[in-house]
Amino acid sequence: MRPFEEEFELLNDTLQEMGALVAHSVHRSVLSLVEKNEDYAHQVIRDESRIDQMEIQIDDLAASLIVREQPVARDMRLVVAAIKISTDLERMGDLAVHIAERALSLMTQPPLPETVNFGELSSLAESMVLSSLDSFVKRDAQAARGVLEQDDRVDRHRNAIQHQLTQLMQKDPSTVTRAIDYLIVARKLERIGDHATNIAEDVIFLAQGVDVRRPREAQVA
Amino acid sequence: MTSRNSRRNAVNNLMLTLCGVCAFLTVSTLFLILGYLVYHGAKSLNPNFFVQLPLGEGQSGGGIANSILGSAEIVALATLIGLPVGFFAGVYLAEFGGKTLPFIVRYTADLLNGIPSIVIGIFAWTVVVVPMHHFSALAGALALSVMLIPITARSTEQFLLDVPRSLREGALALGANKWRTIATVIVPAARKGIMTGMILGVARISGETAPLLFTSLSNQYWSGINEPTASLPVTIFNYATSAYEDWHQLAWAAGLVLLALVLLANIAARMVISRGASVPR
Amino acid sequence: MGTSPARITPNASPTKMPTTHTENQSQVQTATPKMRASNINFYYGSFKALHDVSLDFAANKVTALIGPSGCGKSTFLRNLNRINETLRDTRIEGEITLDGENILDKDVTEIRRRIGMVFQRPNPFPKSIFENIIYGPRINGLLKNRSAAEVVEQSLRRAALWDEVKDKLHDSAYAISGGQQQRLCIARALAVDPEVLLLDEPCSALDPIATAKIEDLLVSLKHQCTIVIVTHNMQQAARVADTTGFFLLGKLIEHDKTDVIFKNPAKKETEDYITGRFG
Repeated sequence: MRPFEEEFELLNDTLQEMGALVAHSVHRSVLSLVEKNEDYAHQVIRDESRIDQMEIQIDDLAASLIVREQPVARDMRLVVAAIKISTDLERMGDLAVHIAERALSLMTQPPLPETVNFGELSSLAESMVLSSLDSFVKRDAQAARGVLEQDDRVDRHRNAIQHQLTQLMQKDPSTVTRAIDYLIVARKLERIGDHATNIAEDVIFLAQGVDVRRPREAQVA
Repeated sequence: MTSRNSRRNAVNNLMLTLCGVCAFLTVSTLFLILGYLVYHGAKSLNPNFFVQLPLGEGQSGGGIANSILGSAEIVALATLIGLPVGFFAGVYLAEFGGKTLPFIVRYTADLLNGIPSIVIGIFAWTVVVVPMHHFSALAGALALSVMLIPITARSTEQFLLDVPRSLREGALALGANKWRTIATVIVPAARKGIMTGMILGVARISGETAPLLFTSLSNQYWSGINEPTASLPVTIFNYATSAYEDWHQLAWAAGLVLLALVLLANIAARMVISRGASVPR
Repeated sequence: MGTSPARITPNASPTKMPTTHTENQSQVQTATPKMRASNINFYYGSFKALHDVSLDFAANKVTALIGPSGCGKSTFLRNLNRINETLRDTRIEGEITLDGENILDKDVTEIRRRIGMVFQRPNPFPKSIFENIIYGPRINGLLKNRSAAEVVEQSLRRAALWDEVKDKLHDSAYAISGGQQQRLCIARALAVDPEVLLLDEPCSALDPIATAKIEDLLVSLKHQCTIVIVTHNMQQAARVADTTGFFLLGKLIEHDKTDVIFKNPAKKETEDYITGRFG
């Protein structure tokens, strides 16, 4: 392997490492909420700075590869995808922190009078994160397209939760503070799903050179 | 380490000295000859020497005007015949033909170049002098042109081949045919080299003696193109081998004139080469 | 292989993405090419340098030919104006058409007037700038209706050189810089109004600034003629060419829109070469 190929490998590996870290943060933030576990929440908050640093590291590497190698073809696609994916991962890390912060806040308050089911929304969001990262590792455009299809389901679950919480707040205004925390969590989980969708789109570009964001008719092959 | 270095330095100095001495010998030979000629010949150089005919045996004074003119006449004729033939043969060698014919022509030219000039003299004597039953300037010119042709052909060929192929292709790519390319681009690009080769070739033949001994011979008087004609090299030969001290003096002076002419031709050739930029490679 | 890899088929693979669908259809598939090489085999003596190369050149487009040294791209280019036949022991098979007519059995001087060429090293004739430009028009008898001065000015302007040399038209062509000499050679080629301009690594002897000037020039010239450029510089191909062909070992591996070649080539050989993993 020639030296520059090792640098592209390094870029790829760093990105995978960052992905694993972010996936853990998302997972722990959900656990801190569901299991009311403070340690997990604090760990998520601690890990955020490392995630931020990895984003900078990836962007530096990508920029220097552009300058030195003027990458084309699959190298170019990796560099472009890496810059975009690292941004999405960093945002996901932030969102996990926001969820952990809400979880900590909720731990100090009494539970809501009725249960709000976050199980499906959170597992769906987590599975999108894992699938998009997995499709990146395997350069699997098919799997990435599967992620895109899950996005609508996330939105539906979030809407259901939002609806339930709105009614609760109307019925019993004393729940507003807690309910808003839950609303924020639902909103953040949905955003995590959106970023996973972005990553999946980048993976399709990386693997096949196709930009799925273009209007449908232009993609007719 | 140090012993090896000092050995290296010693060898280095030795070789440097050797080369310097040899270079000095080379240069000094020319100046030795020039000095010798000036020393012996200069006192005979006066206006009469250039305009008068030679006097009879044993008489002092007189000039070599007929030899100078005769040499000029013979060399001019030889040039008139030899240069065009040599030039076009050179163009042919460089630009045309398949594999075998140019090879034969080239090989023949090289052989011709290597033939001793006295043999060419005998050849010209057999082919021209014998059938015509008399010596003549024409015969001398023919002999010299036989020498000039291969020289010119080979040097012309060499300078044409040195023209970068990209120039040739540049002209062809503009729609020029082969002749047009050669005439308007290749030959002009090689012009300086070709002319230099020609000047040196002419200088070379103007000093030849042996072919003229058999062909134009010599003459005490002014002569026509179809008569035996005096020339500088033959006059030098005759005077130098005579028994008279005066004539020896004249031989030295004639030698000085001949050398001066050849040197002038050389210098002219150098000036042609150095003037202006040539085609970059 | 056959002829298919040479044709531009942007929609053949589901992974390919034309920039805009309709434009692609009309330009590449329905327009008749300005030049077309069909099934070209070329031999230096017994060495086969080109294997069954077929390639279309769209009118008023820049086509770049890339590939490693000795891959046959220059050989192919030099067949397009038949300059290769001036070398000994060469043989060509196949057909090359210009506007539908086979150039291989037409008068070669007329073909070379219509298909100009610029070489790797600047090769101005050892004449003045003026004489260099006027050489082509003069030998082709194109000065009947126009004055020489007019042709010289127009050609130099087209090559973006006029302002730099207008005060020294009668100086030696060797008195100007290498980059200017190369543009002079382009002006000289343009002076006979060629329909196609072939360039064989025209910037390989030039510095980046002179190179940039020539690249700008090529992009502006394609409105006047069809351009084919051989280059070792892949960024150059990416910058100036509309379509790019990749040669390897005497074969045309892939020819497609330049964007596709450099973003997502179809053939592994192409990708390995352009990403520097070749060999």
